[in-house]
Amino acid sequence: MKRSVDPRSRSAHDALARGLGWFSIGLGLAEILAPRALCRALGLEGREALIQAYGAREVATGAAILMSHDPTPWIWGRVAGDALDLATLATGFEGDNPRSGNLALATVAVAGVTLADIACVQGLTADKRPAPRGAYEYHNRSGFPRGLAAAHGAARDFAVPRDFRIPGPLRPWRDGRPAA
Amino acid sequence: MKALVWHGTADIRCDTVPDPTIEDGRDAIIKVTSCAICGSDLHLYDHFMPGMKSGDIMGHETMGEVVEVGRDNTTLKVGDRIVVPFTIICGQCEQCRRGNFSVCERTNRNAALAAAAFGHTTAGLFGYTHLTGGYAGGQAEYLRVPFADATHIKVPKGIPDEKLLFLSDIFPTGWQAAVQCDIQPEDNVAIWGCGPVGQMAIRSAILLGARRVIAIDRVPERLTMARAGGAETIDLTEESNVVARLNDMTGGKGPEKCIDSVGMEAHATTSLDSLYDRAKQAVMLESDRPHVLRQMIMACRPAGVLSIPGVYGGLIDKVPFGAAMNKGLTFRMGQTHVNRWTDDLLRRIEEGQIDPSFVITHTVGLEQGPEMYRTFRDKQDGCIKVMIRP
Repeated sequence: MKRSVDPRSRSAHDALARGLGWFSIGLGLAEILAPRALCRALGLEGREALIQAYGAREVATGAAILMSHDPTPWIWGRVAGDALDLATLATGFEGDNPRSGNLALATVAVAGVTLADIACVQGLTADKRPAPRGAYEYHNRSGFPRGLAAAHGAARDFAVPRDFRIPGPLRPWRDGRPAA
Repeated sequence: MKALVWHGTADIRCDTVPDPTIEDGRDAIIKVTSCAICGSDLHLYDHFMPGMKSGDIMGHETMGEVVEVGRDNTTLKVGDRIVVPFTIICGQCEQCRRGNFSVCERTNRNAALAAAAFGHTTAGLFGYTHLTGGYAGGQAEYLRVPFADATHIKVPKGIPDEKLLFLSDIFPTGWQAAVQCDIQPEDNVAIWGCGPVGQMAIRSAILLGARRVIAIDRVPERLTMARAGGAETIDLTEESNVVARLNDMTGGKGPEKCIDSVGMEAHATTSLDSLYDRAKQAVMLESDRPHVLRQMIMACRPAGVLSIPGVYGGLIDKVPFGAAMNKGLTFRMGQTHVNRWTDDLLRRIEEGQIDPSFVITHTVGLEQGPEMYRTFRDKQDGCIKVMIRP
């Protein structure tokens, strides 16, 4: 069994979202488990607790992307997180940071991932965008070969089974008394 | 053979799998000539229904030609053309003898699992989780039909598959939804959801002679198709207060009969209750989104009837049951007792009262099936119903 022919039930944007989810979890775990090494490499010593908090955010967002039925809001969450990351990295350029080269590389990398997040969220939104009104006209699909007028009430001969009939007091009244 | 196989959330693939074989004397094997993707398949695709396993074959709307028959099956023979009802029935248990086929007591191989989830077992279903037996589905080149001596609808040759295929599910489901309303000539019938079952419910209500049918949806092409079938429509992109609108349309009294053709994945996104449902669902505190059910209870005329063909799978929250109780509403619901209605519906197709093929918007081969799941779920390309020819 299981020679896959073509798994296309996921769009490219769904697949990208899952990739970003796994990336989020990986980055988040690194931030939680090795905050000191990361801060040292970026010249951001003293912000280990902040980096760990960002890591927790990344892991939570990644898990939500992988578990949710529609990752779109969580990818938006990643975009907001990217902005926070970029703002935090920007503060590292203040003063004389001996690791400014690493910091610049990290900033470029985060900017790249931000672009991927934005492309993903735009794609996911476009995948689900409804067609413009009038794009598909099904006005001739009545399903009644003899026309609508002939169809109306054509099945009044159908005897509703006793167990499907609603109780007498709930039936409509005709001529001042319950209909038969 | 090739088949559409479930591998995980939003992951359905066209795989090569072993051909089915006769496992019991009552079985039959059919060569599938046509099958379809059902709206309730999307609950599996999105993994809202529990109980799927990687490798399960999808599909419960199937028809084809009998190519092999078990030794105890005396009602079918090789060459017969049959539509396969989505409910597997023994035809002998107390529920089957009463005509309550969807709660057949014998055909669910995992009856204990179903009893744990639902209190009692329900019928086995094709391709619809291990809660309902874990049977292979019919989106494949061949299908084993268990209890085939009872689980079939014989259809004549000479009528195209397109007209007959939907006897397997959506036509009798829409019909039962309308029959559950016990429609009277004075009735206003409001139908939430203009997907395939909603479309069939509209046609059924018209055939049964409802005074007025009002269909509610947000997708333009579905509303167009609803109007073609004789319904007036409420467009959710233009009308935020459906209850008030229905009151306006019915002299302030509300519709006597309401049909929920939406079920567990209601897509209202602007109302507070739907935001609440999405938040609870995200943290797994609620399995279904009952926005339509809440709205129907509030909209329905006192002493009216709510008919629920839309599938619910588990737990719902914040349902205004006080309103339902105090208004004296009658709830009718359930999976469809397909074989109870199909003789009558086949006659209506043969007589030209209705041609269910109107709902087909896409016809593809099995290889395009996975892509069509996504297209159907996302309501892209004008998709309302996908027919597959293996």
